[in-house]
Amino acid sequence: MTVHDMKHAASDSARLEAVGGRLSRVDGPAKITGAAHYAFEQQLEGLTHAVLVGATIAAGKVTAIDTRAAETAPGVLAVLTPDTIMALKGASDWFGNPPALSTYCPLAREVTFSGQHVAAVVAETFEQAVAAAALVKVWYDETPAIVDLSDGKAGDGIPIDAMAKEWGDAQAAFAAAPVRICAAYNTPREFQAAMEPHGLIARWEGDELTVWEPSQWLDGMARTYAEWFGVPFENVRLVSPYIGGGFGSKALALAHSAVAAAAARMLGRPVKLVLNRPQNFTSYGGRAATRQTVAIGADRDGKIQSIVHRGVNETAVDGMWVEPLGSVTSIMYATPNFSSKQNVVRVNTVVPGAKRAPGENPSAFGIECAIDELAYELGLDPLEMRLINYAEQDPHAKKPWSTRQLREAFAAGAEAFGWAKRSNAPRSMREDRQLIGWGVAAGTYPVRRAHGEAVVNILADGSVEVESSSIDMGQGTYTILAQTAAETLGVPVSQVSVKLGDSHFARAGVTGGSRLAGVMTGAVHKAAGQALDELIGLALSDPRSPFHRLQANTLVVKDGRIASPRGEGPELSIAELMSVVGRERIEAKGDTLPARTTPEERYANYTTIAKSIPHTEGDYSRHSWCAHFVEVRVDEDFGTVRVSRVVSALDSGRLYNPKLAESQWKGGIIMGIGQALLEEGIVDRRHGRIVNGNFADYMLPTNADIPDIQTISVGIPDPHSSALGGKGVGELGIVGVAPAIANAVFHATGKRVRDLPITLEKLI
Amino acid sequence: MRDFSYLRADSIEAARNAAALPGAMLLAGGTTLIDLAKCGVAEPATVIDISHIEGLNAVDVTADRALIGALAKMSHVADHAEVKSLFPAVSEALWQAASAQLRNMATIGGNLMQRTRCPYFRDPANFPACNKRSPGSGCSAIGGVTLGHAVLGTSEACIATYPGDLAVALVAFDAEVDLGERKLKVEDFFLAPGATAEQEHDIRPGEVITAIEIPGSAAARRSTYLKVRDRQSYEFAAASAAVGLELEGDGRTIRDIRVALGGVATKPWRARAVEEALKGKALDEATIREASELAMEGAVDHGANHYKIALAPRVIARAILKLGETA
Repeated sequence: MTVHDMKHAASDSARLEAVGGRLSRVDGPAKITGAAHYAFEQQLEGLTHAVLVGATIAAGKVTAIDTRAAETAPGVLAVLTPDTIMALKGASDWFGNPPALSTYCPLAREVTFSGQHVAAVVAETFEQAVAAAALVKVWYDETPAIVDLSDGKAGDGIPIDAMAKEWGDAQAAFAAAPVRICAAYNTPREFQAAMEPHGLIARWEGDELTVWEPSQWLDGMARTYAEWFGVPFENVRLVSPYIGGGFGSKALALAHSAVAAAAARMLGRPVKLVLNRPQNFTSYGGRAATRQTVAIGADRDGKIQSIVHRGVNETAVDGMWVEPLGSVTSIMYATPNFSSKQNVVRVNTVVPGAKRAPGENPSAFGIECAIDELAYELGLDPLEMRLINYAEQDPHAKKPWSTRQLREAFAAGAEAFGWAKRSNAPRSMREDRQLIGWGVAAGTYPVRRAHGEAVVNILADGSVEVESSSIDMGQGTYTILAQTAAETLGVPVSQVSVKLGDSHFARAGVTGGSRLAGVMTGAVHKAAGQALDELIGLALSDPRSPFHRLQANTLVVKDGRIASPRGEGPELSIAELMSVVGRERIEAKGDTLPARTTPEERYANYTTIAKSIPHTEGDYSRHSWCAHFVEVRVDEDFGTVRVSRVVSALDSGRLYNPKLAESQWKGGIIMGIGQALLEEGIVDRRHGRIVNGNFADYMLPTNADIPDIQTISVGIPDPHSSALGGKGVGELGIVGVAPAIANAVFHATGKRVRDLPITLEKLI
Repeated sequence: MRDFSYLRADSIEAARNAAALPGAMLLAGGTTLIDLAKCGVAEPATVIDISHIEGLNAVDVTADRALIGALAKMSHVADHAEVKSLFPAVSEALWQAASAQLRNMATIGGNLMQRTRCPYFRDPANFPACNKRSPGSGCSAIGGVTLGHAVLGTSEACIATYPGDLAVALVAFDAEVDLGERKLKVEDFFLAPGATAEQEHDIRPGEVITAIEIPGSAAARRSTYLKVRDRQSYEFAAASAAVGLELEGDGRTIRDIRVALGGVATKPWRARAVEEALKGKALDEATIREASELAMEGAVDHGANHYKIALAPRVIARAILKLGETA
């Protein structure tokens, strides 16, 4: 664990350190200097190295594996196959549903996707393991694969009834509407592409397992390991103080995790297994490819009468992933008639997974492009179109918004961008051989809420420790929890050390869906409040305390010093008080769970997502909102698209730290630029294999692709969304970026590209 | 471990002797060799480290010629003042290649030996058929994902694109590669696949690239390298053009023009038909665009790479127009 160094000019401290202050990341110096140790950097005695062997077919059976050459290769300790790896128990899923099968083998006999792990080699060195893995020979009985959604064998898929949303008579109203558009929008398979690959170091000591693994959910993953190996939950310790990017991909213990932990158990030695870059494209799911049809019927004045939406996403042959495609469609605009239905189609891929704003992201691509098409059908400004159909309440839940500063976002963004100077006709703005386009789109993400807990300790020297098994993957948890504890307790941030990323700390649920900041600031605020109460109680009641004789009702703590509210009488530092009363530490554990929560419910709260609180619970519908304004320049000869300006106005409620919130928004916008223009997992249709699974060929934006991005916060505190008034930040920024760019490309060129990414060959 | 011998050559002679060993491969900047070894494509029996040979990294430029040592780093040549003023297309091609980190490591000689980025070539475990890797095994790319594959100079054996930038500029300006006993035109040093896709370069066992020589010319002095790609940086060309232009005294009649193409052919591709069509013609957009189409004579696509046939002439035309504007 690295103690973060927090020094800044004293004059700025109070302003920066308060909740809502622009304090820089407290973990930044440790990361820049290399003092921050990531999972794979642990130096363990007797460490061994495992390398996986992946299937070279996308569908079929493994008929034989010849391990002889690998077993006799230098340094090899074990070659694991489905026949030789130890038996594991089935583990329940992330909702807590019990497993379908009582046993689990992380190496496949039945291959359902290319790259699936079929064997593993463990050796004394990494190089020996790599060399021996290449000697493992695998024979297959190959069967035809369904490579993607457009495969003739794929079919229409499975209807997901829980995704269906209907009100009014959408089909009839659409048929009767005087102005109609209907179009299909596709997004490809995309990958999280974190710089830090997936992997782990696993070490057994007796029946106790320690796993160093980058994780967005220590307690959920610890539960999975415990169930696989049939040991108590408390016997598993996950350690993940720093994460080199997750974007949704690092919340689950996966097949490669099981292989490494099983190998460590079988060999009685710690095992390190890190996926190589191509394996990071086949060992866990990226964003599922999606197809949507959006039909909108409107009056001649632009008022929407009906939206009919149909969506499909790919899932795996042996796993279910639903990318909720109607999530934005059903709430963004007011409409008296609505219908959304969704199917999933099984194809030969690893089970798709969460990538930044799963559901909302592709959903917004459909509806936000469609509304732009409708605006052009009517000859209206696309921004005006959105205001005409502004939803004053949640059209689906029929409840008022907790807060919805979207009108303010449109106004602030348009003003800063200079939208009023836009000429509406396509191809009407140019500079030399560059066609210029201005596009707008809105985005939203629900406020996902859960219960949390935290430990806050006040130590004898007056310093404060915050402990939680939640994590910081760059979004700023260390920093905002230090700010929260410091403000609640009345101490400088430099006196607070935040410890995260160890499952032996106070429990935490998943870090995903932009819920962590709201949950954890609430929990730390509560625990710190309890610690403060105990501190003040001690100061007032302990006969050794100089405050005892004051007969006061309360005391205040400011800048780490305790005094009476009116400032008369003694003043002591926290350390001085702890010393005079003879206390080593004050420990407070605060949680936001309802009273009388059973231990079983508490366990389920942190190790599954079944206990999340719906965003439409009670009287309100709770969401973050944003509006993106984008300028693109399209070369008229080459079809190359460059984003030259972005102005985004966002409503994430109250910001705990605007500097970090802006950084997260910008990260999302950058990811959205990549999604719009570059990212696509390209499948060889004959082999069902991703052929661009590396960072040279899977295109992510470089610095040269990113212009200055202006973000504007238009949020107001939302008391219905979190204890301190914040709404979600991290997922929101990406939602709406791709449609804003696609709409800008249409404005520049007059061409509607409805299949992402918008690469040059689609415009040439 | 895949064992290999490591030899450090302290002289060109030692390097040549070692390079004649069976299974020997030269190591300079390592950006290609180590990458291909990690893919499982390169499995050298002996690695000969030539990076310590003295005097091979010199860059000497006069109005008559640029002499660039094989061990000069890409970034050094790109930033060389006389290269920039007398051979701007060479500098621009280098600046737009790879990333800053790679340019700081990679050498000019090694750059000429860069292998194709064909994804089938680079993945032996999943795609055993590749005539470039194992002659006669077939071509996995034909019928597969061909978005980046060549439309010029292809054969039934191989459609892999030559990925580099520098050599395109070298071919445009008649540069030569010095192999010691032999000097070859860079254009002839690169081989189209034909029936022998495994032979990419006219280099024999025991030969070592020591230098590149580029003749000076008015066209080289007024030259540019235009690279078109979806990503602004660190991506191989969808299509690129190295163009040099010399005008008559009237300032609008083309006296000499050089055109070479990258990203669309199996080797750095000189577009002589375009050059011939434009010599003596006026620097006029319609004329230039019409002549640029001639570069695609004989082009064959494999489906997804069809766009390159439309794109490449536009890149040529825009490069010429850009030079015309900088009169």
